[in-house]
Amino acid sequence: MKKDEVPQDESNLASANIKDMVYAVDENGEYTTELSTGWAPKTIALDNAIQIIEERIADAKKRVLENKTSPIEYYMEVHKMDLQILASYVGFWKWRVKRHFKPSVFKKLNNKKLQKYADLFEITIDQLKNIDA
Amino acid sequence: MPDSIKIDFSHKQSAHCENGVVSNLMRHNGFEVSEPMVFGIGSGLLFSYLPFIKVNFAPVFTYRVMPGLIFNRFAKRVGMKIKREKFSNPQTAKERLDSNLKNNNPVGLQVGVYQLPYFPEEYRFHFNAHNMVVYGKENDNYLISDPVMEGVTTLTEKELEKVRFAKGAFAPKGHMYYPIEFPKKLELETAIIKGIKQTCRDMTAPVPLVGVKAIKLVSKKIRKWPKKIGPKKANHYLGQIVRMQEEIGTGGGGFRYIYGAFLQEASKVLNNPALFDLSKEMTQIGDQWRDFAVDASRIYKNRSGQADGYNKIADQLEAIANKEEAFFKKLKKAL
Repeated sequence: MKKDEVPQDESNLASANIKDMVYAVDENGEYTTELSTGWAPKTIALDNAIQIIEERIADAKKRVLENKTSPIEYYMEVHKMDLQILASYVGFWKWRVKRHFKPSVFKKLNNKKLQKYADLFEITIDQLKNIDA
Repeated sequence: MPDSIKIDFSHKQSAHCENGVVSNLMRHNGFEVSEPMVFGIGSGLLFSYLPFIKVNFAPVFTYRVMPGLIFNRFAKRVGMKIKREKFSNPQTAKERLDSNLKNNNPVGLQVGVYQLPYFPEEYRFHFNAHNMVVYGKENDNYLISDPVMEGVTTLTEKELEKVRFAKGAFAPKGHMYYPIEFPKKLELETAIIKGIKQTCRDMTAPVPLVGVKAIKLVSKKIRKWPKKIGPKKANHYLGQIVRMQEEIGTGGGGFRYIYGAFLQEASKVLNNPALFDLSKEMTQIGDQWRDFAVDASRIYKNRSGQADGYNKIADQLEAIANKEEAFFKKLKKAL
């Protein structure tokens, strides 16, 4: 890639004032670096990935409202986590976290366990129990 | 600890965080080594397909070696010693960091990105192999040199603790590292040769998930994706390939341009013009990866699930694999 061909597309990097550093060749064939504001092919890929997360959040929300899963799964999706990551943060086994996804089990969880989840998601126990709160 | 410690540390932006931390720490200790030099000597370049590890609900395609390996190999090859510490207790981790700062020693830290406040929200995923340097503390704020940022920044005690003790794959566990022993003079020549040899070996390794064999395997997989996993997932996976290739830190073209820059610098150090020509060839290979990304993005942009689109980019990948295979054989002979 030539230095003057380094893409300067619009991207979400601008919101945080970050520029990407890329290596490119100058007019004399020497390698140098150039800052890039973004590149469409990767911005689209990132946007798609975020859209998948949003779909997962919406789906989890729907299932919470239908009483098919507990709010823990919803908040897990909101925080872009999977079971593995969530389990390692709260310090429970994966199968236990999965059990806490069951609405009937979730209802009986004591405050100590609920507080662990609430702390991780940086919300109150009330918000944890009621996703619309 | 006094309220304020500010070590005289010069921050320089780099494409990739690990190279950048090493290069900046080296400069602080009186050795000028560029980012591409660190990357090349540390044999950073690779391609690997890890179908059994899922990140963001898609398999991992990596264009570089495992985190930490670049610095370890670099240190070994230039005759330098690194001290690495991990902690189970955040309080001890903080105390060890503070005592290093008090001794005027800037340190490298491995951190998670998810809770890094200065990153844009969209980039905050549970990725735990980011690297930064801490070079001081002012009241409650740690002074941070994050190599992918243009300038320096700060993190509060609480914020730093969170990113140092992020959980999930590659959990940093407070991982702190810094060089403790340096050679009298930096002998780059032998280190460069060792670094190149290993990259040639890794890229042409006779195993399916590493090097050019892995690129060929992914090419075969792409042809089957639309039928086997459906267009939606196939497009998500393609997006994952492009993101891992072009995300912050790769220097563009899946680290191929950084490697081109390394070969150019190496040709001067070793006085070997063949490496200069090979650097040009590496640049072309980087361009081919960029073309691949453009064509792949056309598929996932339009959300099309048409098989010819996938076949076309699979052909492109195959061509890249063949080019890289020939390239690393030539490179080995050029030494």
